[in-house]
Amino acid sequence: MNTSAPAFAAGYINNDGPKLITERFKFEDSFTIERFLDTGGYNGLRKALERKPSEVHEEVRDAVLLGRGGAGFPAGVKWGFCPEGVWPRYLVVNGDESEPGTYKDRLLMERDPHQLIEGCLITCYALGLSQCFLYVRGEMALAQERIAAALNEAYEAGYVGREILGTQFSVDIILHWGAGAYIVGEETALIESLEGNRGMPRLKPPYFPAAIGLYGQPTIVNNVETLSNVPWIIDNGASAYKEMGSETSPGTRLFAISGHVNRPGVYEVEQGVTTFRDLFYGENFCQGIRDGNQLKMFIPGGGSAPWFFEEHLDLPLEARPVGEAGSMLGSGAIVVMDETTDAVQACLRVVRFFARESCGKCSPCREGTTWEEKILRRIYEGKGRPSDIELLLDIGDNISPGPYPVASFSDQGLEAVPFPPSQTTICPLGPSSVAPIVSAIRRFRDEFESRITLRESIPVAAAPASAEGGTNE
Amino acid sequence: MSYFTEENLRRAHETIGKYPRPKSAVIPLLHLAQEQNGWITNEAMTQIAELTGVTSAEVLGTGSFYEMFKFHPVGKYLINICTNISCQLLGAEELLHHAESSLGISDGETTEDGLFTLEDVECIAACTEAPCFTVNYRYFHRANEHVLDEVVADLRSGRSPLGKGNQGDSGEIPPHGTLSRIQQHIPSDRKAGIVPPEESKNEPQWMNQSPGEIQS
Repeated sequence: MNTSAPAFAAGYINNDGPKLITERFKFEDSFTIERFLDTGGYNGLRKALERKPSEVHEEVRDAVLLGRGGAGFPAGVKWGFCPEGVWPRYLVVNGDESEPGTYKDRLLMERDPHQLIEGCLITCYALGLSQCFLYVRGEMALAQERIAAALNEAYEAGYVGREILGTQFSVDIILHWGAGAYIVGEETALIESLEGNRGMPRLKPPYFPAAIGLYGQPTIVNNVETLSNVPWIIDNGASAYKEMGSETSPGTRLFAISGHVNRPGVYEVEQGVTTFRDLFYGENFCQGIRDGNQLKMFIPGGGSAPWFFEEHLDLPLEARPVGEAGSMLGSGAIVVMDETTDAVQACLRVVRFFARESCGKCSPCREGTTWEEKILRRIYEGKGRPSDIELLLDIGDNISPGPYPVASFSDQGLEAVPFPPSQTTICPLGPSSVAPIVSAIRRFRDEFESRITLRESIPVAAAPASAEGGTNE
Repeated sequence: MSYFTEENLRRAHETIGKYPRPKSAVIPLLHLAQEQNGWITNEAMTQIAELTGVTSAEVLGTGSFYEMFKFHPVGKYLINICTNISCQLLGAEELLHHAESSLGISDGETTEDGLFTLEDVECIAACTEAPCFTVNYRYFHRANEHVLDEVVADLRSGRSPLGKGNQGDSGEIPPHGTLSRIQQHIPSDRKAGIVPPEESKNEPQWMNQSPGEIQS
């Protein structure tokens, strides 16, 4: 094993690729303003302030910076949706990372808070945003401490607040914490929460809070990783950014690979160049499946994403081909499951998450996810009924009517249904619960049938000792 | 009579002053109340309602949506074990069962001495470091039964357990309710000013004229 995760940046693994947003992670004091300034910090802000706001916006639009929160919408385009002449406008930073499998925004907030603050400042400058709210997940106490300390330093040094660096540009950044609710990651729910309400998504349209957002004003909501890329883009230019990655997905992104691999970790990866196979088996990355086991399935983009299998290993880590193949890269969360994994159990666990986290606003999701969990549990416990498989698919069809996105199965002669799914709900949480069900039933129907008819599981390969707690070294 | 202590009342007013509308401070003030007392009482909600200009029912309505707010006493240490998919794959359910039997409580319960509350929680963003748990939201990565037992033993005997596991955190574990021990403080001469939607209907100044030379 060559480089492993340093204790002060748990999980982060430095591979040989370009590093746009994790460059400072190698320093133990990467979160201090001294280290930040020593390593080119706030250069992007200085360069932005020497240009017109509209030019800064243009630069980010040209870079095709895709949103890193899940939907993958280009940030520069989203920034253009504010209605003409309506002021004031706000920036809300989505640091409510909680998609199953996702671990990257917490690292960025804990290890390089000034980089995020710089990204917020440039965005506010470019779009004329009057106040910024940095919404950090409630459970992330260390991230809150690091951002609070960084903001205090930045205010003191004149980078945030009134007349930034002696110019007319003035903006306050307010640190705000959540209090434990996955759904608040949905941008209109985030705004509701920031207004002091229950975190329930708002009815669409308008589809983007850029039209009507916080306090009814135009509001830009961006993910932590998205904004962390902005300083590099302004400092180095959109053309340098587009030299990396692919045409439709330029630059790098953070991927968290967890589960049954030899070296799980958070890697900064050039998009479109690296494949899933490189990531799972490459010497620079995860170094193979544990104990030389076979891959059974993997989730390519967080709990909401339809599952992929061995035949999808050669797809590049790029939004478009992954979407066309029937899933999504989502928030860069990849969960690898080997042959010892029980498909019914894994499906139940992911569905249980959505059942627990449904906000209760839309009936198809509130009732549907609850019943999905109940039915999966009785199948898992050997009490399933013969009609349960069809019943699960029928409930799924009520939440997400029509063909649900699935990966292609060449052996069954089935083509992929591309992402995203249709929905009868306000937000995508309900439809997300259908992803593990459709994926698992389509691929491992025999395991479900065996649980129901034989009242037992199909024997899977024995779990190795390392599966029973212990370290996975 | 004020529920909040004098210092916390000052913090409450400072917090409200950061938002264009006081209701936005409801969640931060619920955190403050939980920090003061370990859980949220009716008296706390009444005062939060007065401070933010809403009814106490609205405060409860908002607060009860969020899992971190406790409306009944909990242990000094809240142990949250993640059992979501990445952790489950590496033995989190076994870890949870071990914790239940060694502490003698089930998910959601508190030990008789009032020291520990145990919760089975959803993904806490440490998936590559699975299985993981937190104590009062301080992380323990790549955990196992041995690490959990040691952490519990340390907390029982008043020692800080933060050398254990591969936690990537630092410092003591404060009692339940305390999240960030560093508060954001904006010096009055550095504050740009909060921007209520009703006022400041004009384009910010830097948008239509040069922001001016960078100094320093």
